[in-house]
Amino acid sequence: MKSLSEIDTVSKRSSRAAGYSWGIAEEVGKNIRLLEIFCLPGIKNLNDFLNCKKNIKLENIKLITEDNSANKSQYCPVIAGVNFLDQIKTLENLNEIKFKKIAYPMLFLPFVSRASEIVGKRILLKLDEKEFLMSFNNCIYSNFSKKEIIKIAESVSIKILKNEDSFSEKEWKQLYKLSEETFVEENESLKNSGAGAGLTDND
Amino acid sequence: MNIPLRDPNVVMKLSRLGSFHQSRLSFLRSFLKEFKDWDYKRDLFELNEKGYGTAVFSFKKKKRVYSLICFANELDENERSDRVIATKWDTAFTLFDGVPTKLDIERLKNEVPKQEIGRLSYKELTLSRANKSVRIFNHVVESLSNGVQPDKELLAKVGYLYRTTAVYGSGKFGLADRFRIKNREEIYGPFRLEMMLVYLVRQFTFDQVNHVAKNRNPKKAVNLDPEICKSLGIGNSTGLGMAPFIVNHPTLLNNWIYAREVSLKKIREIKNVSITESNLFKDCLKKSIKNITSWNTESEYQIKKIKYLLKDLNQFILFLENEFDFNQEYPFNKLYQHLEENYQEECVEYVVSMMMEPYENIVAPLIKEMSSEEDKYFNIPTERTVLELKTIIENKYSEILKIDFKKKENNLNFWFISKNKEEPRLANRFDENGSDLEQPLAVARDIKKLYENLLVFKNNLTIAMFLLSNADLRHVVRRAFIVEKFPYSEIQDNTIGKEIVPIDMLRLKLSFFGALKFDPRSDKWLRICMFQGAPLPEQLKNYDEHWVYN
Repeated sequence: MKSLSEIDTVSKRSSRAAGYSWGIAEEVGKNIRLLEIFCLPGIKNLNDFLNCKKNIKLENIKLITEDNSANKSQYCPVIAGVNFLDQIKTLENLNEIKFKKIAYPMLFLPFVSRASEIVGKRILLKLDEKEFLMSFNNCIYSNFSKKEIIKIAESVSIKILKNEDSFSEKEWKQLYKLSEETFVEENESLKNSGAGAGLTDND
Repeated sequence: MNIPLRDPNVVMKLSRLGSFHQSRLSFLRSFLKEFKDWDYKRDLFELNEKGYGTAVFSFKKKKRVYSLICFANELDENERSDRVIATKWDTAFTLFDGVPTKLDIERLKNEVPKQEIGRLSYKELTLSRANKSVRIFNHVVESLSNGVQPDKELLAKVGYLYRTTAVYGSGKFGLADRFRIKNREEIYGPFRLEMMLVYLVRQFTFDQVNHVAKNRNPKKAVNLDPEICKSLGIGNSTGLGMAPFIVNHPTLLNNWIYAREVSLKKIREIKNVSITESNLFKDCLKKSIKNITSWNTESEYQIKKIKYLLKDLNQFILFLENEFDFNQEYPFNKLYQHLEENYQEECVEYVVSMMMEPYENIVAPLIKEMSSEEDKYFNIPTERTVLELKTIIENKYSEILKIDFKKKENNLNFWFISKNKEEPRLANRFDENGSDLEQPLAVARDIKKLYENLLVFKNNLTIAMFLLSNADLRHVVRRAFIVEKFPYSEIQDNTIGKEIVPIDMLRLKLSFFGALKFDPRSDKWLRICMFQGAPLPEQLKNYDEHWVYN
């Protein structure tokens, strides 16, 4: 089994060899490590992408907006990812961000996961029919579990979710009431000896 | 009195970093302190009469066990080489997490001796190999088998029976990643498991030499005197691999230096120093002179440094004895100021290390802060502005900005990874091929380029927008935001200039390891000795913490 350290180093070096700057290659190294931690096919997709890269017409997106469509071919997942991560603070208030055609979208995914941690919000990423719910870069919930290479996502949607409870107020109150059963009812003497008792706060 | 921390522009210069010496903060000393209460055991010792075979040594506390597995193999004299390109060694070692089964040992017997081309697993923590100092090993076997102890003078000249040529950890070749073990309190200090491996290897070398001598002459042979064992360490040949490490781990580097600087600051802030404390300082300092007089090297560069160090120290000791009064306020601060005014960097840093000796209470809490969670600082705060980044660079890299990289001498070298051994190398970019594959270790040059590029952008532009057209500088943008938080994370010098002495970078790291007797073999590799004078495993429960000077 390869260690995460080996995965990081080899991914970084191979990305540099494929023409990315050292700073971007460092991002890819960390991302592939992340994908492999989450049991997603990082090395498999990176290897295929870097080896096919010369034969694909890739477009480098710069400024990301609500609707992003590659003019001629497909967006480069690494450049799109780096810029999504870098611009996340300005993108977080948009309801939905859409991309048409991202090559090897699994390589785009970890940038989105890291963005979730930066903004402190869960992010729902849809790559065509595949869904990934990312929680603060700690875990990824998905309906996709195949170890396969995804060459392109025709339609990509990113929703930055509001920080909301996943339960009703009624359910919370019910549970809170139960938790109160660990408290002790105070009698008068205990009240009189509590912190601040007997003092005036207006002195 | 509030003494400021020393200026990174002074401390982080390569000549200063290359003058560092071991101290109480050193990893091999903090390792011994942490593991002194652990149970040491030799679990397996299956060597033939020539000393070849398998051995296992362990440290155990409650349910935690670390086992060193040793494989000693016969090696043709022509195959013995300390070069990193070697493929066979006298011995190979791995530190195993727990108690190895027979199956584990069988698996590792096939992999560990292969070193870089073998495959390890998450059960193994560190990996190393070592070669005999043949002359010394044979002399010791010969003497012991004849019932006499070896020539101490000869042993003192070398200082070890074996020398390692690499110690690997942290996920290399399939070894356990650090995340698997980072929450174990006993390894909060950096490189603790690497230190354990080297320490147990040292014991293996003594047990092996005794075993071979005994087999050669069972009736007459004696064991190596424990006092002689104590006087021997483990040698190490170290090349450029260590140099990029300190550039590639900026927050870790900061935490090492920061611990040293905070120690010095706190010691300088002590108003009244007790007689016990001042005596301990003076005692360690005087005794340590023997580590310098017994420091053998053929390197003219190092001979010169040792000569000046010895001269400075003797003069400083005279000053301490005849002119200096510890019975005054803030004596260590006055001593430090005197040092900076009168002595060379090597002597200043030597005495700074000595100042820590009486102050376990100051140093011990800092040791636990010397590791780093580097990933926490990886993301670039891209919402910040060009003005903020420019200000950081002006404040934190002021010396670097003065370097003119258009001059050939300042841009002479490049760092690369060699294809045959995947090891870092340094070469002249105008004489050699390969500078297009340069590693991102020319931080000073790239920081200066970043600053120049920033000047043409509007101050209120975000870094996210700046990076859209400056992706080639992303690696140094990241570093600049790290140095903002971690003042000692960056070498404040040019790592590709004509004047670079790469062994300065090695010495910095090795001094934190606790190495003694740096012996440069060129400007790119050196030999050192570790654990020389250290207590033996059986003596750990009750040992003198100032053993380095005894």
